[in-house]
Amino acid sequence: MNYPYWVAIGLLMLGLYTMIAHRNLLKKLIGMAIFQTAIILFFMLISVKRGATLPIVVAGVIDARAYMNPLPHVLMLTAIVVAVATTGMALAILIRLHAAYGSLEEDVIAERVAADAARPPSPPSDRS
Amino acid sequence: MRGHLPVLPLLLTLTGALLVPIVAVISRRAAWPLALAASGAAALAALGGVVEVLAHGTRRYPVGGWAPPWGIEVVLDPLSAFTAVVVAGVGTLSLITSGPGAASAYRRGTPGFYALALIALTGFLGMIASGDLFNVFVFLEIAAISSYALVGSGGGPALAAAFRYVVLGTVGASFYLLGVGFLYTLTGTLNMADLAQRLPAHAGSPLFVGGALFITVGLALKMGLFPLHGWLPDAYTYAPAPVAALLPAVATKAAAYALARTLLYVLRPTELPVTAMLAWAGGAAIIVGAVLALRQDDARRLLAYSSVSQMGYIALGLGLANPTALAGAYLHILNHAMMKAALFIGVGALVLRGRGPGLAALGLGREMPVTGTCMVVAALSMVGVPPVGGFFSKWYLLQGALEARQPVLVIAILVGSLLALVYMYRLTEAVWFGESPPGAARAEAPWAVLIGLVALAVAIIAAGLGNSAIVARLLVPAAAGAL
Repeated sequence: MNYPYWVAIGLLMLGLYTMIAHRNLLKKLIGMAIFQTAIILFFMLISVKRGATLPIVVAGVIDARAYMNPLPHVLMLTAIVVAVATTGMALAILIRLHAAYGSLEEDVIAERVAADAARPPSPPSDRS
Repeated sequence: MRGHLPVLPLLLTLTGALLVPIVAVISRRAAWPLALAASGAAALAALGGVVEVLAHGTRRYPVGGWAPPWGIEVVLDPLSAFTAVVVAGVGTLSLITSGPGAASAYRRGTPGFYALALIALTGFLGMIASGDLFNVFVFLEIAAISSYALVGSGGGPALAAAFRYVVLGTVGASFYLLGVGFLYTLTGTLNMADLAQRLPAHAGSPLFVGGALFITVGLALKMGLFPLHGWLPDAYTYAPAPVAALLPAVATKAAAYALARTLLYVLRPTELPVTAMLAWAGGAAIIVGAVLALRQDDARRLLAYSSVSQMGYIALGLGLANPTALAGAYLHILNHAMMKAALFIGVGALVLRGRGPGLAALGLGREMPVTGTCMVVAALSMVGVPPVGGFFSKWYLLQGALEARQPVLVIAILVGSLLALVYMYRLTEAVWFGESPPGAARAEAPWAVLIGLVALAVAIIAAGLGNSAIVARLLVPAAAGAL
């Protein structure tokens, strides 16, 4: 009865699909967040044991089988921090992209980049 | 100090990264010397690590005194010591070139650049030093997030390239993490040495197969291996000059090292075709990258596609996984880091004095003879002309492919060098024989650029002349434990 794993796999696929199928950069970012969350969920699932409780010692019970594995949880705390930092970085880039090109549609940005490149070179300048 | 040598390089760069923004509040001019001191000290510590390994063999360092497999372990062995010197050494030389006069792209954000560059170096050095799979993921992301910021700091098209880099880089890192999860489920450990002992008992398990595939695909994406190189050309084309001097040289190398370490020393998939896949992807990358490089008129994009081709050589050597091919792949990590840094720095200097990165606007070789000469040395190394470094790594790779009886890969190596001759000829011809663009400043590159560039050119030649010592004393022992 491993159907929770199918949820993780489904979310993973949904995230990948969103990143590939959508041309809007913000939607791609949402896909990326779903993708990362699916992996976090996967790690949560591997720590689960049937009939076990949270990994906080209950008085008198000293048996590893009575507790869920805390290590994947700890790993995912780090992974969540990493995911937050990545998302923050991506949002910062999107804000500056929108300021520079006035759009978050991949095609529109590509068009405007190409239009800029066609113009004669100018001294280095910071667009945003 | 000697006891802490395994972690010293990354502690030094991390300390530098924290100090730079604080010191910059008092004096913005102090940012460059301080960053240079931090990464220079890290490079010296990495060299000390090599001396230590040569004298006393592999050193294992339990971080915080917690014994593995529960604690995190840092390992200093011939391979990690060698790669740490490559990353810290080339990183320092490329930071030199971002000094006074060259940092025009960073008139406002200079201290930010140095802090980010040092964090990125910390990440790369951490990936190299770590003996723990999850710790590698953390350092991988530290390096990646600072790289995204560095690429994006160019503004304009660099932002679009940086966003693509964020999305694809995160997919790569997440695949790696998923693979690590599979292996943890299988064995209950994350320590590399511990895993290497326990995994042979599970060689047929689907979790092992899935873990090996996810880790390989994730790290191959990070090292820009064809056909997963989609993020690389734009990111390295539009990155500002000081960033282009740093990241193309070291970022893909650290990922290649992580792939070599996990695949060949921990997973050892003898019954899976993963290494064969890697070798064939490498062979394809060599040809495709070189053909695409031929068609570029923007010097930076030409160099970026040449990176795709050269990373193919490294992947090919790792995939063949016999001792000769591995020595070639590891030596190519050193050679490609140096020559790609020198070429990007050279192009950056030409753009600084000239009128843009198009090949037609680069004809400044006669005005900037030192820059031009150093670029020729790096170009010779790229093509593989003896006695310059690149020749020897390709020679070992060729011998490795012959030993493995792979005639198609032998041809790929030779054709790749031939194509490199053509695209490097296009670049050097444009620099030396092109019309010098009207309105260009007729002056040699800034002195800081020249110091770094000349040092790299000398190092490229020295690596060629000293290749037998490097291979015999460091790389043969490093290849001994693989597969």
